[in-house]
Amino acid sequence: MYSFDIQRPSTVADAVAALATDEAQPLGGGQTLIPTLKQRLAAPSVLVSLSGIAEMKGICTGDDGSLCIGGGTTHATVAAEAGAYLGLASLAGNIGDPAVRNRGTIGGSLANNDPSACYPAAALASGATIVTNSREIAADDYFQGMFATALEEGEIVTEVRFPVPEKSAYMKFEQPASRFALVGVFVAKYADGVRVAVTGASEEGVFRWSEAEAALSSNFSADALEGLSVSGDGMISDLHGSGAYRAHLVGVMTKRAVVAAR
Amino acid sequence: MPKDHGIGASPKRREDVRFLTGAGNYTDDINVHGQAYVHFLRSDVAHGTIKAIDTSAAESMPGVVKIFTGADFEGVGGLPCGWQVTDKHGEPMKEPAHPVLCQGKVRHVGDPIAAVVADSLEEARTAAEAIDVDIEELPAVVDMGAALESGATKVHDDLDDNLCYDWQFGTDTETTDAAFAKAAHVTTLELVNNRLVANPMEPRVAVGDYSRANDEHTLYTTSQNPHVIRLLMGAFVLGIPEHKLRVVAPDVGGGFGTKIFHYAEEAFCTFAAKACNRPVKWTSTRSEAFMSDAHGRDHVTKIELALDADNNFIGVRTDTKANMGAYLSTFSSSVPTWLHGTLMAGNYKTPAVQVNVKAVFTNTVPVDAYRGAGRPEATFQLERVIDKAARELGVDPIALRRQNFITQFPYATPVAVEYDTGDYEATMAKMEELMDIPGFAARRAESEKNGMLRGLGVNCFIEACGIAPSNLVGQLGARAGLYDAATVRVNATGSISVMVGAHSHGQGHETVFPQVVAEMLGIDESMIDIVHGDTSKIPFGMGTYGSRSLAVCGSAMVRATEKIINKAKKIAGHLLEASDSDIELKDGQFTVAGTDKSVAWGDVTLAAYVPHNYPLEDIEPGLEETAFYDPANFTYPAGAYACEVEVDPDTGKVTIEKFVSADDFGNVVNPMIVEGQVHGGIAQGIGQALLENCAYDENGQLLSASYMDYAMPRADDLPHMADYVVDHSCQTPCTHNPLGVKGCGEAGAIGSPPTVVNAVIDALHSGGHTHVSHIDMPVTPSRVWAAINGQ
Ligand SMILES: Cc1cc2nc3c(=O)[nH]c(=O)nc-3n(C[C@H](O)[C@H](O)[C@H](O)COP(=O)(O)OP(=O)(O)OC[C@H]3O[C@@H](n4cnc5c(N)ncnc54)[C@H](O)[C@@H]3O)c2cc1C
Repeated sequence: MYSFDIQRPSTVADAVAALATDEAQPLGGGQTLIPTLKQRLAAPSVLVSLSGIAEMKGICTGDDGSLCIGGGTTHATVAAEAGAYLGLASLAGNIGDPAVRNRGTIGGSLANNDPSACYPAAALASGATIVTNSREIAADDYFQGMFATALEEGEIVTEVRFPVPEKSAYMKFEQPASRFALVGVFVAKYADGVRVAVTGASEEGVFRWSEAEAALSSNFSADALEGLSVSGDGMISDLHGSGAYRAHLVGVMTKRAVVAAR
Repeated sequence: MPKDHGIGASPKRREDVRFLTGAGNYTDDINVHGQAYVHFLRSDVAHGTIKAIDTSAAESMPGVVKIFTGADFEGVGGLPCGWQVTDKHGEPMKEPAHPVLCQGKVRHVGDPIAAVVADSLEEARTAAEAIDVDIEELPAVVDMGAALESGATKVHDDLDDNLCYDWQFGTDTETTDAAFAKAAHVTTLELVNNRLVANPMEPRVAVGDYSRANDEHTLYTTSQNPHVIRLLMGAFVLGIPEHKLRVVAPDVGGGFGTKIFHYAEEAFCTFAAKACNRPVKWTSTRSEAFMSDAHGRDHVTKIELALDADNNFIGVRTDTKANMGAYLSTFSSSVPTWLHGTLMAGNYKTPAVQVNVKAVFTNTVPVDAYRGAGRPEATFQLERVIDKAARELGVDPIALRRQNFITQFPYATPVAVEYDTGDYEATMAKMEELMDIPGFAARRAESEKNGMLRGLGVNCFIEACGIAPSNLVGQLGARAGLYDAATVRVNATGSISVMVGAHSHGQGHETVFPQVVAEMLGIDESMIDIVHGDTSKIPFGMGTYGSRSLAVCGSAMVRATEKIINKAKKIAGHLLEASDSDIELKDGQFTVAGTDKSVAWGDVTLAAYVPHNYPLEDIEPGLEETAFYDPANFTYPAGAYACEVEVDPDTGKVTIEKFVSADDFGNVVNPMIVEGQVHGGIAQGIGQALLENCAYDENGQLLSASYMDYAMPRADDLPHMADYVVDHSCQTPCTHNPLGVKGCGEAGAIGSPPTVVNAVIDALHSGGHTHVSHIDMPVTPSRVWAAINGQ
């Protein structure tokens, strides 16, 4: 690790001000950033810790019935307190291990947008709104490929608003070593249609499987997916599985998510 | 009633009190006043010529004490290989130089180019970034097949090619060919024994210290065998006489073989401590461990099994390529040869067995012994090809094995070793009983109802442990003896310190060894402590590996204790005014046979050190004895393993539902510890079978360089304890060591990989995927899916 200064603001406004300095970077739970620093792969001069900002923590229900989760809320808190949205709570409860869940935050995960991370699938499948210190971004506009998002330099994810579906489930097929998603599929059934988001599989990061969405919107059953498949082209191919295998798993995990949806 | 003390009892591991409460004293806990820290600048390319190294900018950076490069080690020896293999033409193996720091070339990712010693680790690391290294990259030699082609890029320019040796062993070619010529059936299988990273919980650490006052060097290091390090480093690398070099291996957090070897970092810290006149410490990061700890396995094999019309095995022939990596690590050359070829007969009376091994240099981390070392590779080939043969012939795999078992002992195999004793039928029967083989069909039907495929895999194995007789291993090329040593020091008031050459790095010697001495003397175990790991305290023993500690060092301890008893009886005889031949020792009391006259253990030990009433004309005062023990043969633990797996045909995921081991370890001193060793060994074997894969890309970059990509087995990858049955009730005691023990440390890792793969193939066949005859390890979901789908 290179040496750096640390600031611990207690409001979003102070955090934004602190981030205005050159080479300052927000620190959420540190579960991704700290290992990166230890390997000397990043060298911020200032870390602005978001973990002391009370207004970024916790879960509440918005006027429109959506679930509002503060950007600094840990995975463990979501697992324990997002019972109104079962698919989301169980997703959070299966991220990493207890230490990761007690530190890692939803804002950090969405800001990082790891192509194998779990939360991006939930946000995209829910049509969530990513709220930052300066604007609201629809999930469909937010994810822009592996590790790329619509966030500007110094912009902070302060809250994520999830419309609560009638039924949902997340099916994660774990990469054997990291236990991130080799393929993860989030299925959410709303009154006006079904959304299906896939993580872990594509070289473009999280994506919506529109054919499956259409089929499931007219018939929410695993049978509706019979004969549908995604192409292996553009899928991640690595030590843990070929693109063709990942494409196949997308189909299997989608079916299982539909069956498991509650 | 199970015993509650002595041999056969299961006292809790006394060392766990300190390990589990954070009170262990590991090498990284050792900080010597004034120490500096070293950071190694390691190659990030697999192969290249070093054109220039410019350290000038780095030298003036804050905190830098001194920067070393290969040039500083020109007058210093290279890291030696401890075993010379002679090839099939009678020529010695090729032994390229292995410098402490790279000289002229880098040969694998992680090869140390320079070392920065600084006041703090972060300063050392920062300065290392300022070193300017000009490397002209060369094509990387990664694949063993390509490495052996003529005209291939050479890892070592001074050698003719990348072949270390071409070894042939066992039955001669004419006889072997004749067996295959008359075979009614020949089964052939090509397979890979996957490269593994040992991953002990504690990464390696070295602290070098030097005293100008008396020209003495001390090395604290994470070693399984401090005397071996002292010998190799002192004699071959740095030229330090033994009386000026102390090597201490304190608590060590697991070794699994990879801490046997003498590493560059140890030699560096010892050397640099003198050069800088400051203690120098190195602590490996996990990332460094992946690219600098010797790896394990990495064999590619073609095996053929010949059977006659009655399904008797009549011939085995193997052709293996074994990866040595870029340099010869300490015992690397012995693993694919003497620790592998000698086991190719397995548990079977096959009359002709021929083993061929080509050892190959590549631009990868050196490969050496890893739990089982050669024996897992042998077992995997043989037990996979037998399973394939059974399937081809449509016969029961258990019956086929049984029919070919060796049943008469001693048995001289066609591959040099002589099994002293065993009962393979007994372990097979035990396994069948514990596995409930008759109930399998119903369990399979149940799985199928849930859309899962269920498979049953069985496997037998034999290992050569208690490594081993010095005269034999000497003939085979070992450059060291393989005896062990123990000193039993009885203190005046009767407590005992036993200084042993074996080293405990998780095995539990501190608990087990006292059980033996306590049993022999009839005193309480709490009166006995084990001292190990410090060359200034212990006799010259050879350390711990090859399941040898109790069989070899324990035997030395028994011999030393026998000497103690003999002397103590003389003292007791004197005190009791009787002939020592009439003295009996029982429950810590010396009694004149047939009388009620006795003296207690403590009276005798006190007399030895306060010899007022003592036979000084016959015996010396004091009560301390040393014995060196060199066994007459290896020991041959054997067993029968089985497991049941479920395969999810949609995803290819394999789950182990039940695992049973029936081992014959001879006599068992502490059943709980033996069971723990087997549980752990099987977990490692399951890791190899299903999860672990050390992979390089074609440029020699390590793809699985961290736990993000290298999958270690976790608790939930293993069966529930109720379905994880380890049995050691079949016992044919070793015939040649005083304890009748055979060793249990490696069995689990040897016996489990083929068991798992056999079970997966069985499951796939039950699902109609009969085109799948083999899947290489690790049998990952993607590989199973690809096999099912013919991809
Ligand atoms: C062992 C392990 C296992 C894991 N397993 C999984 C898994 O199975 N699934 C999964 O999805 N993830 C997994 N993770 C990742 C984990 O969920 C991380 O917590 C998450 O990716 C990052 O969140 P964080 O709060 O720790 O962010 P940090 O590491 O602190 O930051 C990550 C990045 O986001 C930025 N950032 C942080 N917070 C904000 C914010 N509020 N607004 C804007 N930018 C911000 C930082 O500057 C940095 O660039 C695992 C991590 C570990 C260590």
